[in-house]
Amino acid sequence: MTARFRRKTSRKLAIAGVAAVMAAFSAACGTELYEVPVETPIPAKLDVSAFQRVLVAGFVAGGTEDVDTNQETVRLLRSQMRTKSGLRVIDADPMQLIEIAQEQNKAATATADSNPPAEGPSVRTTAAADSTAATVLPQKIKDEKDLEPYDRLFANTAYWKRIGEEYQNPLIVTGSVLFTPRTSSGLVTRETEVYDGLGRRRVVPTRVFMERKGFMLRPKFVFIDGRTGATISSLSRREEVLYNAQNETPALSSYFELMDRIVPDFLGTLSTQKIKGTRVLLK
Amino acid sequence: MNLSLTRSLALLLVAGAAVCATPLLADIRSDAREQVEFGINVAQRGLWREAIYRWEKAVELDPQYAAAFNDLGIAYEHEGQLDKARKAYEKALALDPNNAQIRQNYDLFKEINDRAVQTKDKP
Repeated sequence: MTARFRRKTSRKLAIAGVAAVMAAFSAACGTELYEVPVETPIPAKLDVSAFQRVLVAGFVAGGTEDVDTNQETVRLLRSQMRTKSGLRVIDADPMQLIEIAQEQNKAATATADSNPPAEGPSVRTTAAADSTAATVLPQKIKDEKDLEPYDRLFANTAYWKRIGEEYQNPLIVTGSVLFTPRTSSGLVTRETEVYDGLGRRRVVPTRVFMERKGFMLRPKFVFIDGRTGATISSLSRREEVLYNAQNETPALSSYFELMDRIVPDFLGTLSTQKIKGTRVLLK
Repeated sequence: MNLSLTRSLALLLVAGAAVCATPLLADIRSDAREQVEFGINVAQRGLWREAIYRWEKAVELDPQYAAAFNDLGIAYEHEGQLDKARKAYEKALALDPNNAQIRQNYDLFKEINDRAVQTKDKP
């Protein structure tokens, strides 16, 4: 009886000893983990240290008429820059760049007409090919092709220099924004609930044919030096969102959904952005 | 019975010592470990520069200390020194290629680093 008791006690002691030694070793050479929050700074693409102020002038906007894309883009970018950039945002009415471009175009046409070429039609053709010559600017912008002729507005350094002087040489943000409805049909993968003979639920991916509709947003941001009127840089993005055809998502919601994806890139051009995350420190 | 218990404990000690290898016992590793611990302590309080100083010391003392390189990578990342961070993570992975935590930290870092490089490359 005593011998059995002794054997039992020794076994317990052995187990406790082994556990203690294992714990000591795991503490000694096992790795300890510490999760810490980190904020990684991503440097700005553009050096805007020469500017203290920014003017989001306005955009050549086209596509759906359900959203005033020029107004909304100006408003959104200004509010984002107020909180997430070191630049002071100038408050001014958004410029109606389509009208301005049309006026510049008319003026260019009038100048060309008042100075007719001295020699024949071949010289006239050369003049038309010149970047300053008048071209046809579509009144309504429906697609990317309609936007192309407006690009020369951003290259008009004299005009942007004048705007810069008016607002005391800020960084000028302008460009074009196309926001158009999209429809698409085809096979998409969806998750479907399936119940087996015993009533157990499973979710399986299935390919189904679907009609979908949504929007495409294609902004091109042009950054202009207000002191010289010259373009410093530009940033183009294209995003789209598609919903089930039965969904009645308002155009404005889609616009903000798409801009949400684009704005970080835009801000990253002008100011250092901090990306939050977590990492694991090891001992 | 007592003899067998002593024997098994002795065996475990030998096995454990083999697992932990020499650096644990060495003073150098112990000093490096102290630096790493201190670094973790200050990093958790947001004093990342002090942490960098400690972890740089740790890897100087023990250049085979993967965890110290991992921690250094994190600190450099936090301070925006992305090139240094990449080198530190890569060194940590080279020293301990099967460490899932280091791999995860490195993968998360790479995602951000790629974005930063893209940003730089855009016209």
